[in-house]
Formats: sequence, structure tokens, C-alpha cells
Amino acid sequence: MKTYEQINNRIESGKAVVLTADEIIDYVEKKGLATAAKEVDVVTTATFGPMCSSGCVLNFGHSKPKIRMSEAWVQDVLVYTGLAAVDVYLGATQLRHSDPANMDHPGEFRYGGGHVMEDLVAGKTLQLFGLSYGTDCYPLREIRTYFTIGDLNQAIMLNPRNCYQNYNVAINDSQRSIYTYMGTLEPDRKNASYCSAGQLSPLLNDPYYETIGVGTRVWMAGAHGHVYAEGTQHAGGGARTPDGIPKGGAGTLALTADMKQMRQEFVRGMSFRGYGVSLALGIGIPIPILNKDILKRTCVSDREILAPVVDYSTDYPQNTGKVLCHVNYEQLRSGEIEVEGRKVAVGSLSSYYKALEIAHLLADEIRRGDFRLVEPIAYLPKETTMKPLVIREKPL
Amino acid sequence: MSQTVTKKLMLFFPRCECEKPIIYHLVKDHNLIVNVYRAKVTPDEEGYLVLDVTGTEEDIQQGMTFVKTFNVSVNYTGKGVTLDEEHCTHCGHCITHCPTEALHITNRATREVAFNEAKCIECLACIRVCPFGACSSAF
Ligand code: SF4
Ligand code: SF4
Repeated sequence: MKTYEQINNRIESGKAVVLTADEIIDYVEKKGLATAAKEVDVVTTATFGPMCSSGCVLNFGHSKPKIRMSEAWVQDVLVYTGLAAVDVYLGATQLRHSDPANMDHPGEFRYGGGHVMEDLVAGKTLQLFGLSYGTDCYPLREIRTYFTIGDLNQAIMLNPRNCYQNYNVAINDSQRSIYTYMGTLEPDRKNASYCSAGQLSPLLNDPYYETIGVGTRVWMAGAHGHVYAEGTQHAGGGARTPDGIPKGGAGTLALTADMKQMRQEFVRGMSFRGYGVSLALGIGIPIPILNKDILKRTCVSDREILAPVVDYSTDYPQNTGKVLCHVNYEQLRSGEIEVEGRKVAVGSLSSYYKALEIAHLLADEIRRGDFRLVEPIAYLPKETTMKPLVIREKPL
Repeated sequence: MSQTVTKKLMLFFPRCECEKPIIYHLVKDHNLIVNVYRAKVTPDEEGYLVLDVTGTEEDIQQGMTFVKTFNVSVNYTGKGVTLDEEHCTHCGHCITHCPTEALHITNRATREVAFNEAKCIECLACIRVCPFGACSSAF
């Protein structure tokens, strides 16, 4: 048994033993659970992939004369202005003004909110265009100016839903190509697409949310941020394997961090042909090895994690809830899965390569004493399930 | 007869050279086997052609000397499709869409993705599916 304080003391003295979530598997096999639990202080987990429910709050400071922007665009991408005068919220999936979307199907969606976020972190010069109806206190009615992230008072990433615990494997059961947020899926189950770091993924290494909770310090694209709430659609109460690994989406995290500390290589705009734009983000989360059970759960391997295979031509869009079968991440990583007796080529949207890099970067920061762990101030619910949106008649 | 080799080339035809039967002469006068992957004439009437030529080193050399008399530039390295290493996240999403394994995983442990130019048949599938815009075409 260890406490957060003991672990942080070891981090401070530069003596902490830190391993990544893939290294720990062999380590525990060699040393045994009891010895390893005494020796190891922290296991680092990570993920890099599309996180559509991301965005950022930007504060521009005041112009002379002042404006209260009632509509605004950054790089021609609409931002939300229903906040105080010069605060805006930029969302990752917002299209650029005049993007033809799917008018010429499938659209290319070359640039949108996620790309603006990447350019912002990269330090590029961006355009702000704002309109206002003008008031006595905020008389300016139109503004066009250029800025970089350094000119902003704050650029704070504020993501309602990141780090899905587990995720679907998408497949196409129809006779035409379909264009989804899981990529292009060829007809007749010709290919499949998955999206998780599997054995490296944060919430798969802490399946019961024993250490990752509200207040947990996380590594977000190089910045030190934290979990500020359970993520939207967090539903810890779904089906699990006997070892407690969720067999579907399950838990999610709401994360925030200062974008001024972020690195561009981990904040990347995405374009999905025929679907839209998004943001790929790199996140690392340390798991303190407080006891044997927590350690044991970080030893989860790709073979033990099951993902549901779902048809994105009918079952997903029609919300039928049907799952064709489950496959494990070892099979997924081999590049080929078997669905109802037929072999299907499978590709990933989440980058294991980048996740591994992040797990090592975070481990190094902890070993150097640059990243301390924080005990959650509240825990994520384990029992909740996801409610559907019911389309109702207007009540009389 | 000396050994035959296959070389992948990209030819760039400046304005006005597009109409000449250059490929015909490569086959007929220089004994080359030609396999065209992709050809395009831009709205400015400039032409691009990516192809394999098979023949003896000598014939290929002479063929290219002939091609160059038309003001056509021959590129042995910069091919039609390229992978920008800086932009690639190694997600592996392109791999199931690449028909030839030109895009492939080089390291099973780290899942690093690499591009083998020699295997690329310029189908352009990767350009359509890479969500990070890491694959691009010279034309
Ligand atoms: S889809 Fe794009 S980013 Fe992903 S591995 Fe292929 S080239 Fe790299
Ligand atoms: S152009 Fe086609 S063959 Fe070449 S790398 Fe891309 S997908 Fe593969």
C-alpha cells in the first residue's frame, strides 16, 4: 500500500520507478504482482486519436474602441460568442465558412475547427473577424485583425469528452461506400476501422476509475492539465468482461489545459472525406500504483480487451444497438479480423505509435520530477448508463 | 544481351510537348517496355506522367536522352505520390486502403508506418483517406 504523498515524495527525490502500460505487462510477469507493487510507483498510459468533443476558450483582450462580438470567425471558422465581450469558444468540428460540405459528395473538408486549433498551437498568425450590433459600452460594430496565440490573454482547451474507455470497430454491411467519422468504409465488409490505444489507453488501465477522477492531473499535448468533470456520455455501467473491462464505449473524461504550453505534433486537425473535420489529440495519464489490485489492472493486455464490431451503414445510424461480434485488440492490431466467418482487413484511426511516444514522454517527466500526481477530488460514477434522446410529440 | 532493369520515373512535359508520341518512340526505337501508372494534362496544358520502364541500362539511358530532346524533364526520385513524414501520425488508417502494401507497418512493436515508393502504383487512395493530409501528389 502506498499513498499519493509517498509516491510524490519519491518523484520529488528522483527515485520514482515509472513504467509505461505496455512495459508493466512483462515486468509483472517476471517479478510477480506483490514485488512489483512494492517497487513500481507509477504506470503511464496514453492515447492519440480523434477527439471530436474538443474545443477551446479564447480571450482576445479589448480593442480601442471596444467591441462585444455577437458573431465571430477565426480563420473563417465560426466561433461561439454567447459569452462575455471578447471570449469565444472554438469547436473542433466546426466547418469553415463557405465549405461546400457534402454538396459535391463526398466532400473533402480540408479545414475547420480542429485545424484552427492546430495552427493556433503552432504559433501561426490567424485572422479574427467579428461583428456586433453595438452598445453604449461596446460601440465598435466590426473588427478584422490578425493575432497569434501569444497575443491572447488565455487559450484554454476545454473538452467535454475525451479518452473514450473503449470504442466500436466500424464495418460497412451495405453495397456502397460509406463516409463516416471512422473513415471511408468500403462496401460488403471489405474493410473495418477501430480507434483505441488498447492496452495503453488510460481508462482501460483503470477500468473502475479508482485513480482517474475529477482533479487528476493529465498530460495534454505537452501541457499539464486536469480532468474537470466526467466526460459527456460517460456510462460506466455497461457490459464488462469478468475482469472488469468494458465491452463498449463506457467511461469518458472532460479535460482542460493551457494551449500555450501545448506542442503542435500532438494537436492535429483532421479531415474525414464525406464526413467533416475533427481534432486528434495526444493525452497521457499516470496511474499511481497505490496497491496490488490497481497494479494488476494496469497489466491488461490487448488480448483481454474486447471491442464491439458495429455496422455503420444501418445499425449505427439507426441506433439499433446491434453488435455483430466482439474482437480483441490483438486481433485488431494484426490487421485482420474475422467477422461471421469472413476475414476483414482492419485499420486504425488512433495512433499506437504516438500513444507509445506520449507514455514514454510522460514517464520521463515523472522520473525527472517535473510532473507530480494529484489525488482526485471526486470520483467518476461507475453505474451510470447512457440515455437516448426520445423524439416526442409536443406535450399538450 | 545485358540484363534488363525496371525504373520508375516521373516525366514532366512543358506546354506543347504533350501531343508528341514520345511513348511510342520509347517502345519502338528504344526497345523499352512501358507501364504507365498515371498521366495528367493540366489546364495549362502541362503534362505529368508516372511510369515504369523496363529495358537494358543502355536502352533506358538512350531513351531518356531522346525524351530530354523534347524539353521534357525526367525525375528518378521525386515520384507522383509522397508521404510527408512530419505530418504522418502513424495511425495506420491508410493501410487497408493501399492495394500494394506500399504503405505498411515497418515495426510491429511501435506500429510505425512507412512508405515504399517502389511498390506504389499511384492509385491515390491514400490521399483520399489520410485524415491528416500526410499523403500528397505532385500533380
Ligand atoms: S493515414 Fe495518414 S497519418 Fe495515418 S499512417 Fe497513413 S499516411 Fe500516416
Ligand atoms: S497511391 Fe495507392 S498504391 Fe500508392 S501508396 Fe497510396 S494507396 Fe498505396
